[in-house]
Amino acid sequence: MSQILGLYNYWVVICLMMIGFYIVIARGNLVKKVIGLNIFQISVFLLYITMGKVEGGTTPIKPASKFKTGAVEEFEVFSNPLPSVLMLTAIVVGVATTSLALALIVRIREAYGTVEEDEILAADQETQC
Amino acid sequence: MREQSILRIVGKLLIPYILLFALYVQFHGDYGPGGGFQAGVIFAAGLILYGLIFGVNAARQVAPPLTMETLAALGVLLYAGTGVVAMLNGGTFLDYSALQGTHQQVVDQQVDLDEHHEGDEESTGQAEHHGFLPQGQHLGILVVELGVGLTVAAVMILIFFSFASRERVL
Amino acid sequence: MSEVVVYNVIVIFLLVLLLGTAITVARMRDLWAAVMLTGIYSFLGASWMMLLDAPDVAFTEAAVGAGIATFLMLGTLALTSRKAKEPNRAALVPLAVVVVTGAALVYGTFDMPHYGDPQAPVHQHVAPEYLNDSVPHVHHGKAEVKVGLEASAQGREVSLEISQSAEVSKVDVPNIVTAVLASYRGYDTLGETVVIFTAGIGVLLLLRGRRRQRVGEAPA
Repeated sequence: MSQILGLYNYWVVICLMMIGFYIVIARGNLVKKVIGLNIFQISVFLLYITMGKVEGGTTPIKPASKFKTGAVEEFEVFSNPLPSVLMLTAIVVGVATTSLALALIVRIREAYGTVEEDEILAADQETQC
Repeated sequence: MREQSILRIVGKLLIPYILLFALYVQFHGDYGPGGGFQAGVIFAAGLILYGLIFGVNAARQVAPPLTMETLAALGVLLYAGTGVVAMLNGGTFLDYSALQGTHQQVVDQQVDLDEHHEGDEESTGQAEHHGFLPQGQHLGILVVELGVGLTVAAVMILIFFSFASRERVL
Repeated sequence: MSEVVVYNVIVIFLLVLLLGTAITVARMRDLWAAVMLTGIYSFLGASWMMLLDAPDVAFTEAAVGAGIATFLMLGTLALTSRKAKEPNRAALVPLAVVVVTGAALVYGTFDMPHYGDPQAPVHQHVAPEYLNDSVPHVHHGKAEVKVGLEASAQGREVSLEISQSAEVSKVDVPNIVTAVLASYRGYDTLGETVVIFTAGIGVLLLLRGRRRQRVGEAPA
């Protein structure tokens, strides 16, 4: 039981990752694949951020001691800032990848007339034969 | 027609505050959540909202694409340039503590500390701070976040212009 | 005690909504609605990140996921088509692949530290040094050379003493995430900026030309 309580967040995130993965490999529409990739990416961010949480900790921002107005408690336990930093960079890279993928999809649409994967493969095979 | 005027009026009321909030997030990234990347995205979102409501041509007048391309490159130049300036001042690449005068001063201070090391002496290891401009790490972080914010805002706006002014092929 | 209960109830509610949104996106054929639901999904993810003490990331995820990514996908939908085609074969093989991968990952989580464990390895090595604003294994100038020469002779104690007193690169910034991002890991952030710049150049190269106003002009 304590294992379930201790690990349930990882299992939920793995479910979300697998749903995103399923969308990428099982759907034929290219835009749908990019949507699935986005869901997968966000789930990976959530995985790392849940690893950084410390029980009883608070946000890793040191309170400015000059602005203490009496009722501010001293926080001694902070959550880990390192996964947050890594995920900030990952979000940037994710949006760069998404924008390039969508620009490619627009050009594919103009070249083939469709964004369905099987129609594109069929058109390629026709021009090859 | 009605919805157009609601959008336009609310947009005119909100967009200045969105841009102001982006500047707040940019410059208070040291003291609260925020920083260059968030500020760049919010600034671009404000301008994209303007472009969606008033048309891409109006947005192009506010943010000319050539200026945006220049700003994007300028942001990266600012970031890498800070590293090079730190190197010219005697430190390693992106060593911000070298931005407060020469690095040799700081090292000499540190070598004196080590030679008279007792284990209880408190020292911040930084030179005396005169004036109101930030020194060392603060200055480095400020300039670097400014570079990141500039690049991110400019690139997002450029991507918006690329997508929005493309005509649909039937 | 009731605070913890309320916190857990809110978290479980968010997780249920996340799962429901993801499953709905997978089953949807109407791409416009799928894009909107993806925006909602990233916003719910940002809310969960807020509860996990990561406001910077939540901030960024909400702005990027619910803002920029949604608008990019809607722009693409305006230039392509709005509905996806009905899949004409049952997707059993992908389902099997996904279930097997998920089972392998869940099997892997049995070795992981529990949620919120303060003794987890990720909190042990570099993070305490960042939180205390001390210098993680890096010194400047002559002090570093002294540590290197003496450490081998006298062992680890010498290096520990000097690292605690010689705080040359102390970053006096309250927001530790910004301090780590811009100062301790500034090199990575330079790479990230170059990545976003490259993405901008790539999109410009791909989508240049074919403007709406000049109909008679040939595309670039």
